Amino acid sequence: MTKEELSKSFHPDEKGFYGPFGGAFIPEMLIPNIENLKKNYLKVIHSETFKKEFKSLLQDYAGRPTPLYYASRLSKKYNSHIWLKREDLTHTGSHKINNTIGQILLAREMGKKRIIAETGAGQHGVATATVCALAGLECIVYMGEIDIKRQAPNVARMKMLGAEVRAATSGSRTLKDATNEAIRDWIAHPTETYYLIGSVVGPHPYPDLVARLQSIISEESKQQFREKTGNEFPDYVVACVGGGSNAAGSFYHFLEHPQVKLIGAEAAGMGLSSGKTAASMALGETGIIHGSMTYLMQTDDGQITEPYSISAGLDYPGVGPLHAWLNKSGRAKYLSVTDKEALQAALLLTREEGIIPALESAHALAALNQMEIKPDDNVIITISGRGDKDMQTFMDQLNLV
Amino acid sequence: MNKLTNVFNHNSNLLSIYFTAGFPNADSTLHVLKALEQGGTDFVEVGIPYSDPLADGPVIQNSSSRALANGMSLKMLFDQLKELKNTVNIPVILMGYLNPILKFGIESFIENCRQVGVSGLIIPDLPYEIYLEKYQTLFEQNNISNIFLITPQTGEERIRKLDRASTSFLYMVSSAAVTGVRDGLSESQIQYFERIKNMQLKTPAMVGFGISNHKTYREVCRYAHGAIVGSAFIKHLETHGDDASEIIKFVKNLKNN
Repeated sequence: MTKEELSKSFHPDEKGFYGPFGGAFIPEMLIPNIENLKKNYLKVIHSETFKKEFKSLLQDYAGRPTPLYYASRLSKKYNSHIWLKREDLTHTGSHKINNTIGQILLAREMGKKRIIAETGAGQHGVATATVCALAGLECIVYMGEIDIKRQAPNVARMKMLGAEVRAATSGSRTLKDATNEAIRDWIAHPTETYYLIGSVVGPHPYPDLVARLQSIISEESKQQFREKTGNEFPDYVVACVGGGSNAAGSFYHFLEHPQVKLIGAEAAGMGLSSGKTAASMALGETGIIHGSMTYLMQTDDGQITEPYSISAGLDYPGVGPLHAWLNKSGRAKYLSVTDKEALQAALLLTREEGIIPALESAHALAALNQMEIKPDDNVIITISGRGDKDMQTFMDQLNLV
Repeated sequence: MNKLTNVFNHNSNLLSIYFTAGFPNADSTLHVLKALEQGGTDFVEVGIPYSDPLADGPVIQNSSSRALANGMSLKMLFDQLKELKNTVNIPVILMGYLNPILKFGIESFIENCRQVGVSGLIIPDLPYEIYLEKYQTLFEQNNISNIFLITPQTGEERIRKLDRASTSFLYMVSSAAVTGVRDGLSESQIQYFERIKNMQLKTPAMVGFGISNHKTYREVCRYAHGAIVGSAFIKHLETHGDDASEIIKFVKNLKNN
């Protein structure tokens, strides 16, 4: 394949398809909104004004660029060269802020007055509430009733930031249902409302929009790696995958360079055969979730099943269509990591490097144990967020009193 | 000729009623259909329950979860509908989301629809463009009408396109909302109905979403061929169960007050 063909194959076509995945399977009520977004998103994000403001906010508000840190003790442990892309050091504590800054500028440019979002662990909700405060826009965050209980600190943060947190009380009362509620809200408020989606999921053009906004991660790491090592490319890039936004951003600028092996770590929960898992890539079949054709976990009757993971951010029964395509085409490989493996990896990073990672990011770290890394290999792992929000789980599960 | 088209050719002020298959009980489906016909319903929309019904409000969501808990599935539904032709004469359409249909196999789904005598389908998350590209031939070969939705936000050009592609009726979503019971009709809704009426479309239109009583039914009949009542009937089933005489009374009250 030529470089151009390669590039083309990892970007959606005009209808939003990555190979057989993606598209926009949405009710007629959402067509005008989606068409409007489709018409505007590239125009806006390629404009000089947007680029300037986005860059300046990423730098002065969110604290970018984030470091690419050589984890020497961890490297020794794995007898290899391990680099950490430190998204945990951004404002609000995770990569989610990259996307929300970009989309709030887009929403403002499109003249929208009311922002809605869904959240699982609350990281995207906090990042959305933050940029709404910054832009002075009304903010409503849908969150599953169960997640509201288990992520109380983030609920408090959103409220302090001025957002209204609405409980999703249908279905499993987690991220999937919060997303359903956000979509229903959008149906009911079609003109003034902007739906600020948090991952590379949903109908086209959202997966592409969010991937582009998150691509700052690999734009930086590619350059940083070159500067620090003198080598052109790392051997591996590793990131965790729920919907897959930090992984999409971490892979983005390496997609066209097949010498870089891309590894996604999804949540196996209690284990692939336990029935309590969120490994949609390993276990899912093709279907439609939230307007997108992708791998999802479903029953034999095509009902979407309730996922499970210790990490609320990976607790999603589907996966972004870009990842479904990277998996099918063989460009990226996806490994499943159990709760237990993730907890151990989090503890290891904490004790070896003094960095407490988010449980989500710990899945990426744990994937190292399943990879055959050679001593000269350079591995970039994205630490998508920090572990503050997970302290209660760590205390309980790791018997730290 | 498709049964559904026939109904529109011969009647106006049509009343269509929606209910979820397998609600309130797994074996309610045929029983409810029969009572609806006896009450004077012109055609019925049977909902295929789904775990994630994006376009539906709490009332239909809840009936959907209960139907699933009752064990309702497409396989069970088609088993029940084998008796459809022996049970009712009015046209029946199915409403359901795309994922369970794809999982069932869309060819086999359409084949089953034809065999049991389903006249049309409403698949809210199957956009017109994808229908046209992938499924139109399949639907038409089996004489199954695909029903498109239009909303207050749908542009004129798109409405004309949907009108041309439509083989039975257009489903006019009454306002920007998910399904659910609402009080009355607003000025802007009336303006929207008038706007559509003045477009003089080739296909008849039925108004749905928020139509819950005789008054709103009669009112929308001034602008469209009829109305579709969903959540209000689900609420009725919640309260009265699938008792036939109560269902007949419900329909008569709606139609004739």
